[in-house]
Amino acid sequence: MESIGVLMVCPMNSYLEHELEKRFNLFRFWTVPEKSAFLATNKNSIRAVVGNSSAGADAELIEVLPKLEIVASFSVGLDKIDLAKCKEKGIRVTNTPDVLTDDVADLAIGLMLAVLRKLCESDRYVRSGKWKKGDYRLTTKFTGKKVGIIGLGRIGMAVAKRAEAFSCPISYYSRTEKPEIKYKYYPGVVELAANCDILVVACSLTEETLHIINREVIDALGPKGVLINVGRGPHVDEPELVSALVERRLGGAGLDVFEHEPEVPEELFGLDNVVLLPHVGSGTVETRQAMADLVIGNLEAHFLNRPLLTPVV
Amino acid sequence: MEHHQERSDHRSQDLPQVLVIKPPPVLTLFEDKFISSKFQLLKAWESTLPLDQFLTNYAGSVRAVLCSGASPITADIIRLLPSLQLVITASAGVNHIDLTECRRLGIAVTNAAGVFSDDGADAAVGLLIDVLRKVSAADRYVRNGLWPAKGDYALGSKLGGKRVGVVGLGGFGSAVAKRLEAFGCTVLYNSRTQKPSVPYPFYSTVLELAADSDSLIICCGLTAETRHMINREVLLVLGKQGVIVNIARGAIINEKEMVECLVRGEIGGAGLDVFENEPNVPEELFGLDNVVLSPHRVVFTPESFVAASELVVGNLEAFFSNKPLLSPVIYE
Repeated sequence: MESIGVLMVCPMNSYLEHELEKRFNLFRFWTVPEKSAFLATNKNSIRAVVGNSSAGADAELIEVLPKLEIVASFSVGLDKIDLAKCKEKGIRVTNTPDVLTDDVADLAIGLMLAVLRKLCESDRYVRSGKWKKGDYRLTTKFTGKKVGIIGLGRIGMAVAKRAEAFSCPISYYSRTEKPEIKYKYYPGVVELAANCDILVVACSLTEETLHIINREVIDALGPKGVLINVGRGPHVDEPELVSALVERRLGGAGLDVFEHEPEVPEELFGLDNVVLLPHVGSGTVETRQAMADLVIGNLEAHFLNRPLLTPVV
Repeated sequence: MEHHQERSDHRSQDLPQVLVIKPPPVLTLFEDKFISSKFQLLKAWESTLPLDQFLTNYAGSVRAVLCSGASPITADIIRLLPSLQLVITASAGVNHIDLTECRRLGIAVTNAAGVFSDDGADAAVGLLIDVLRKVSAADRYVRNGLWPAKGDYALGSKLGGKRVGVVGLGGFGSAVAKRLEAFGCTVLYNSRTQKPSVPYPFYSTVLELAADSDSLIICCGLTAETRHMINREVLLVLGKQGVIVNIARGAIINEKEMVECLVRGEIGGAGLDVFENEPNVPEELFGLDNVVLSPHRVVFTPESFVAASELVVGNLEAFFSNKPLLSPVIYE
């Protein structure tokens, strides 16, 4: 299989690069100075693209790779892949579901605790050397808070299960109600926001869910509400969110994703009611290895004419 | 600070007095909760007299004292309170009370066990996730503008599947265990005695628990037996990837040895709300990214404090009405 060209569109994991190199002819797209020339030269040998949450395979890339057979994403999100174009051309698509569910859900809860209990702010305070006796500051209790989840897929359900252990009543919004689920369903995001203390974005990014967190939702969540985003940056109207936080119209936010990563609005840096993470939802040694193994496994299966492990298209 | 002596003076002078040497945090923040028709507060800290003189002059008939970590009830203090029958603390911990002396003299003790368990457990889990997933460190990274400059942050360690050893399975420990189960952790524990109704594997020593755990969460009380119970030996056996979280009392850990282990990379990280000599924190910790520090406030929420205030007042009112105490500390 060493002659099969695999185009990795951006750096994501050195173990994955190493393993792909052993099996295929790996092209590291980010090291190529003249991308159009490179593609013109190599287009007939590239049969697979490996992308992630930052970059995938848009229509433009797909069009210039006539021999493309499979796009394997090092992510569960598919928003960087033109799925319609892949379907049209019979190109297979795989992602990395399940293996990262726990990590993302753990981080969502970690963000809730960090925001409500001011863990990062406490850590900054102690490190500043300013802690003195008699300096009592109260933080917000987490147990029993109402948690509203947008998107009750694998990750949403995992968040719910964890929050239940903290006696949090769970409610949700999704495209359709799930009658077998015992959590309270709201048919709209604004209604959900109005009826919960902590709102979690855990759905996939599509045309319908772009800016699903807008001014109206933020207002409904309110000055005591907290937004947690472990989905995608574009789920949130970021300028609206920033002004709501700065003006204290929203109580707080725990954000792992942003509209223009790695840029994060600097107005947030001075706030003590936000926690800002550099897209680390699946960022553990264990999970990234499992994700890499899935990418490798899917590519091997495809080129050996075996059933794909985690096909989307 | 405003003088509230007027308020208690103009009510009945017959109201029994509750001595307060230094106000516990709950009293400082929620003083209005401590107004009662059954007692009034005798605020020693508002006097300019030295304490022993104040007690000799004014506390001779005092039957109850509300104490805190800042004003321990030692044998010396007890000796100056000849009418003392009840020691109340607004905390879960009782390590600042000479229990042996109280038991000897038949002095009852009540604490605020139970009302802090949820908040303490929430913060313990929050600290563990923070250390394993580098939440505070990554937040710092972003705020320092390093994400665009230096790229992706270092990978953390998965919480699911970790073996977490809970030291002390009382109110805090049980609440921590229940939460950790939902994350797919395997919960193990050590406590003074095995608890038969509990589904978690029991380890009779902290050393054995540490040897079989990826993380330790300290939830027990500070006693002569538990002082410096977590020492270099225990930490080395916890190992290079091991994480320790302490929401109990600083002195349960040999702090000097723990700092050495952390600085040398002999353990993986720590989440600490308590320290041996608060508010002093070993400065070597400030330079470490695998440590999360908190200024002894994991139970500081309005709900906890209101509940603790109500429990303290409830115990005092029961005492002065000759009714059973609500939360007596049972001597073993």
